[in-house]
Amino acid sequence: MRFSALRILKEGLTGNKGWTPHWRDASPKPEYDVVIIGGGGHGLSTAYYLAKEHGITNVAVLEKGYLGGGNIGRNTTIVRANYGLHGNSEFYSLSLKLWEGLEQDLNYNVMMSQRGVINLCHSDGQRDAFARRGNAMRNQGDDAILLDREGVRRELPYLDFEQTRFPIYGGLYHKRGGSARHDAVAWGYARGADQRGVDLIQNCEVIGIDIENGKVTGVQTSRGPIRAKKVAMVTAGRSSQVAAMAGMRLPIESHILQAFVTEGLKPMIDHVVTFGMGHFYISQSDKGGLVFGGDLDFYASYAARGNLPMAEHVMEAGMTLMPAIAKAKVLRSWGGIMDMSPDGSPIIDKTHIDGLYVNCGWCYGGFKAVPASGFTFSHLIAQDRPHEAAARHRLDRFRTGRGLMDEEGTGAQHNLH
Amino acid sequence: MRLTCPICGDRDHREFFYQGAAVMLDRPAPEAGEAAWDDYLNLRENPAGDTRELWFHGGGCGAWLEVTRNTVTHAVSDVALARDAKGAKA
Repeated sequence: MRFSALRILKEGLTGNKGWTPHWRDASPKPEYDVVIIGGGGHGLSTAYYLAKEHGITNVAVLEKGYLGGGNIGRNTTIVRANYGLHGNSEFYSLSLKLWEGLEQDLNYNVMMSQRGVINLCHSDGQRDAFARRGNAMRNQGDDAILLDREGVRRELPYLDFEQTRFPIYGGLYHKRGGSARHDAVAWGYARGADQRGVDLIQNCEVIGIDIENGKVTGVQTSRGPIRAKKVAMVTAGRSSQVAAMAGMRLPIESHILQAFVTEGLKPMIDHVVTFGMGHFYISQSDKGGLVFGGDLDFYASYAARGNLPMAEHVMEAGMTLMPAIAKAKVLRSWGGIMDMSPDGSPIIDKTHIDGLYVNCGWCYGGFKAVPASGFTFSHLIAQDRPHEAAARHRLDRFRTGRGLMDEEGTGAQHNLH
Repeated sequence: MRLTCPICGDRDHREFFYQGAAVMLDRPAPEAGEAAWDDYLNLRENPAGDTRELWFHGGGCGAWLEVTRNTVTHAVSDVALARDAKGAKA
């Protein structure tokens, strides 16, 4: 089934009776070429690109719950390519290019909205750092405009420009950034993978990874054993538990990141805006809700809900930046489980076990990475060598100290990002 | 979430700073080798369940604490002074 304007018109006139399910409810076969553990955004995009780019279609995606029920459904949907370090730069640049063509590629409306991301700065030092970052982005071939205070005022007139504690000096405007509909991204990739023959198997929890003589041979699941030539672990949020089944310990600590959404309001915030003096970012969804978040709670957690101190801090930061939102009522808050790596950057690599691949450590930036993560991870799985855009996302960089991607410059240690 | 500091008593977790897994108490010898240091600095059990971790009571007495806490429920089952926990092992 292809979506088109004509099709929508026809279905609208004939009672919408012709729509079919977006994917089959597949049952596990005894053997696959590739088994992907994790049916979230990254797992589904990996399956999609394995089929589309590499012609590998004898693939199963095993999901313990329902497709897209993890972090792909628990984020703030921001898409951007504004990184400053080699490794991350080319990776997120590739991801943004894939985002730009994603709807045509998937024939699916992921509601990609390039509304622009504006990072605000509040000191001379921060402005200098943004100038450097903007240059790095432009060198990578992406876009960046350094705004002065008046430039910010033209774009974001509703900010509090009068307050003296954190005066707004300017901002870095990344016009191609924006947001997308998180669930639709998972669904679009799922549908695309399914159409190419990938089995999407829900309610199928992996409970063991079979390894013989240093080589992976399959997985044990709640729906029986499945043999596989290659197994890919794509379970950010639960990476450590899955890797433990293969006897591995990962350089990951799981943390909670909260987000919030208000009742629907008339259009007010046209961009994605980040506050540079207190971790706060905000955008307005197409339904009108203000979607915003802040920093980690900063303690290890799998609870998928946070505590009040960080909720309070986020609200305070929002009020400092834009007091106009004071009367908006918060409808819901939620927490995602973040795979925090020591340097704040992800891992896409082989493991020491032949045929076992790992994709994890997305910290709080996994959503925007979904297309490039699947694109490069599928390349690694299919060809057994890393894609050039993800060659630096190595698992061993913490042990060797080479090629660390500490974007914040706070040190490559746990609990600093 | 609240923690009961052995010195100060029951306090809001805002007074405390999380300092990571309690593996940091088991510092390897300088010449223990790359694998031991990788284990200590980078690799983590990261359990979904009970875990031992270090908290610093920066907003109170300044003590380092070893806390046993469940990462799924946030329930705290034990708080001890890190120096005692370390001493018990030595």
